[in-house]
Amino acid sequence: MKFRTLAAAAALAVIGAGAVVAADEPQVVRQEMMKKVGGAMGALAGIAKGEKPYDAEIVKASLTTMSEVAKAFPEQFPAGSETGHETEASPKIWEQMDDFKAKSAKLGADADAVLASLPADQAAVGAALGAIGPNCGACHEVYRIKK
Amino acid sequence: MALKKLLGGIVLLGAVGAGAFLFITRPERLTAETWAAAGDPDLVNGERIFHAGGCVSCHAAPGAPDDQKLVLAGGLSLKSPFGTFHAPNISPDETAGIGAWTLAEFGDAMRRGTGRDGEHLYPSFPYASYARMTVKDVNDLYGYLKTLPKSANVAPGHDLPFPFNIRLALGGWKFLYLNEDPRVTLADADETVKRGQYLVEGPGHCGECHTPRDLLGGLKVDQWLAGGPNPEGEGRIPNITPAEGGFGSWSAGDIASYLETGFTPDFDSVGGSMVSVQKNMAQLPKEDREAIAAYLKAVPAH
Repeated sequence: MKFRTLAAAAALAVIGAGAVVAADEPQVVRQEMMKKVGGAMGALAGIAKGEKPYDAEIVKASLTTMSEVAKAFPEQFPAGSETGHETEASPKIWEQMDDFKAKSAKLGADADAVLASLPADQAAVGAALGAIGPNCGACHEVYRIKK
Repeated sequence: MALKKLLGGIVLLGAVGAGAFLFITRPERLTAETWAAAGDPDLVNGERIFHAGGCVSCHAAPGAPDDQKLVLAGGLSLKSPFGTFHAPNISPDETAGIGAWTLAEFGDAMRRGTGRDGEHLYPSFPYASYARMTVKDVNDLYGYLKTLPKSANVAPGHDLPFPFNIRLALGGWKFLYLNEDPRVTLADADETVKRGQYLVEGPGHCGECHTPRDLLGGLKVDQWLAGGPNPEGEGRIPNITPAEGGFGSWSAGDIASYLETGFTPDFDSVGGSMVSVQKNMAQLPKEDREAIAAYLKAVPAH
């Protein structure tokens, strides 16, 4: 009985350790980063469409998320992370790393530009999305493979 | 002697059969009356059809910046299990492009896959969808194309291994797969769904990527819009029928919004070759995107 409990505890510990390791893998880190950007995009779009009231703090936080993620994102593609963990990263990222980095940097710069003069109402948030949004498709067009 | 006669008979029958096959599957031209009443093209509608058809996605020079997309210089390579196709120059240049073509010649290419010299065109040019287009839309589109900038670029020819480099064989392909029939029959379709059906099955040629193909490269119409492996390489083409894993959980509004903005309901973004398609769709009037969405929610789920 005692042995069984011990074994179960040991098994749980192993599973737990596995989960921790997986969360540190660059493939997983970058997926989480993209989800954050998607969430920020959703928050801004909600305001732009009038589904949510204008909230300067949310606008600022969302743009800051995009800016921060865009700057750190290209660092999450070290050699050896080309496959695994259901990555949708295209091999072209590693073939054209400079262009990939430039595309991410442009998202960061566009978010920073909007942050510098924070959109003050619903219409301004819509205009900001029009400027920032196309960065997503421009990068995913070449560097993401949907599986 | 009898054997010789028999063999001769078989050879003769074979020759007659081959001749009949080539006759039946020869490149077809539409009658002159088809275009007789076309009249002056409506350029505003022509531009609308141009965006619905997504001409720039294949015929603009690869990697052309957005302000150069209307120069239809050709050159894009399209990989397939049959070899690599190259999109031709369809700018109004008289020698490198199609500027010297008549409306009838343009129409035969669009609706019958027959080239200016009476040759079969490869179905990488999606005439098997364009066959459903109205005379008016073909005429308006051609009128609009003539207003675009000329390019003297000579695009490379297709790079296809034997036997796919034999154009005569395309007659057989057309015999099997080229028709003007609706892809699906929808009972009680309202005007919006009908407009969506026309746009998706005709000029929009959505099924060319979103429907799986059989070994001969024909669409498996019983799996209409069900998606499948990407014929151009890695990854998958999404299922866009109202099935689970497809558009089942999307509203028509979600689909129309995606076509306009490039964002899914979860704020994931458009990617791959759909990026350029979505940019074209964003140029359409709102009611066309809504019609496409209504049709996609009305087709059978696969």
